[in-house]
Formats: sequence, C-alpha cells, structure tokens
Amino acid sequence: MIGLIGRKLGMTRVFDAEGRQIPVTVIGAGPCTVVQRKTADRDGYDAVQLGFEEQKASRVAKAEAGHSRKAGEKVFKVLREFRLDEGETAEAGTELTVAQFEGVRHLDVTATSKGRGFQGVMKRHGHRGGPATHGSGWHRRPGSIGQRTWPSRVFKGMKMPGQHGNRQVTTQNLEVVQVRPEDSVILVRGAVPGPTGGLVLVRRSLKKGAVA
Amino acid sequence: MTQIFDTLAQEQIRKDIPVFRAGDTVKVHVRIREGDKERIQLFTGLVIARDGGGATETFTVRRESFGEGVERVFPLHSPMIEKIEVDRKGRVRRAKLYYLRGRRGKKAKVRELRAT
Repeated sequence: MIGLIGRKLGMTRVFDAEGRQIPVTVIGAGPCTVVQRKTADRDGYDAVQLGFEEQKASRVAKAEAGHSRKAGEKVFKVLREFRLDEGETAEAGTELTVAQFEGVRHLDVTATSKGRGFQGVMKRHGHRGGPATHGSGWHRRPGSIGQRTWPSRVFKGMKMPGQHGNRQVTTQNLEVVQVRPEDSVILVRGAVPGPTGGLVLVRRSLKKGAVA
Repeated sequence: MTQIFDTLAQEQIRKDIPVFRAGDTVKVHVRIREGDKERIQLFTGLVIARDGGGATETFTVRRESFGEGVERVFPLHSPMIEKIEVDRKGRVRRAKLYYLRGRRGKKAKVRELRAT
C-alpha cells in the first residue's frame, strides 16, 4: 500500500548501529481504515480514501458519518485520499497500519508548514538585505523589482513580501530509521514540515520508494 | 501518545552508568573505530556540566592538555562509551562549572568532597 495519515509527535535523537546519534522525527501514523475505494471506471482514477482518528458520530456532520459507515462501524475525524499505483488495491473496510512501511527505506511526508504570517523578503526568500550600519539606510528591503518603460511591468513570480508558511509542503526521501508497529509509530531521519501535533501524510518515497 | 518518547528513552538508556555530577573527576573509556579495528581511548578530566535528560543526556568533561584547555561533550548513554570511572568526588556548589574556563592552575582546582 502507499500511504497513511498520521500526526507529528515531535523530535528526539536515537543511537544507530555505529553509535552515532541521529536526529529523528517521531510520526504516529495510523491505523487508518479504507473508507472508500475510487476506481478508474467510476471516478476516473484509482485511489483509496483513508479515515484516521475515530470520532463520535455526533461530532461529525451526518453526511460524513454516513459516508464513513459505508465501510464499517467507525466514524473518522480525518479523511484523506491516496492515489493507488498500478496493480495496487485495497477494499473498503481494510485497516492499514505502519507495518506496511516495514522494509521501506525512504518516505515522503506531506504536511502544512508552520505559519509565519506576513514576512519580508529576507525571511521569506532568504535575501541578504543591506548593511545594518555605516548610514546605509537600506536594511531589509527587497531592492529593485524590475526595469523601466520596457517592460513597464513586474515579472510574474517576482520574490516579494507576503504570507510565509502555512502552505502544503512535501519533504521527499526521508530516511526511515525505525518502524514500530507495536506503537504504530515511524521514526524518520531529519525534520518534517509543520508543528508538533500537526497532521501529516506519509507515503512511500516517489523517487526512492522502490522496495528492495 | 507522547509516552512513545519515554519508551524510546527506556530502550536506549544504559543501566551501567555510575552516579557522578559536576565537579567529579572521571575517566571516560571511549571506543574509537579505525577502519575495522576498534580500540579504547581514555579521556580523563573534570565534569563541568550535565545537560538534558532521558536518552539524550550529555556531560561535558574538561581537561588541560599541553597547556590548552580541552572540553569534550559525551552523550551519556552512547554505545561508544565503553565505561565511565569516577576517580574523585569534588565539592562544588553549583551544577555548571563554566567559571573554571577562565581559570588555570591552582585557581581551577576543585576541592575533594569529604564524607561527613
């Protein structure tokens, strides 16, 4: 199978076989239930909709609760879709756990990054800004944003101040350090987007995901 | 759910670490890997700090080597540490002995703890 919904539980360090300390992000993923199977015939593409974190039916819109119940008893707080690869399949009602990632070396993790609000060009795009002293008077500004009468417009995609963070970010090729089915937790090397407690989508790596 | 961090820590914490604190003089036996050979190196010095807790706790050992102050930070539960020997208990009144950094010779001495 290809993915799981989870939550980022935080970071710590772990010793590897060589005794080195490795920074890891702990992701609590699954168990997720397949709520709906989308097929190319009916929906135009092959995918599964997964449900994560059980919720009281009274706390969910009736339509959503009814939708979840088509696959079983449980009603879920979070529903997310995962595309199926060629030849993969999963029936509605099946439960998926982190066990599916055992033996997988690399993962992609998608999440909403921490919101940083409206930020200038230095923080948002890493511009260098100007000298702080010696009377420069040009400290954190973006500088020139274009030419003159021609083209008399600002090119699209010009790096300017604006909302920073709080957008969907995917970190690719994160090395799997440990899969712990008994805790339904995955340890992944390095950082993962979003705050601790934030929702994350974990998939087998697109580029390095081939199972050895 | 965050009890996973306790579980992870429990798995990594070593039970064979002696009790020691800042001010104590310790011998740290460090495993050094050279190619495929492994040998033990000794690092003797004064513990000037212990930092953090759980499996990620570290301690800092300071020694004078050829007239130059050398500090090394070890992860307390690292498998690279063969063992830690406590040579001498020191009598100190604080947890971090960073004030020793600016001192040399007799001024950098820590009195020995006398059993009362």
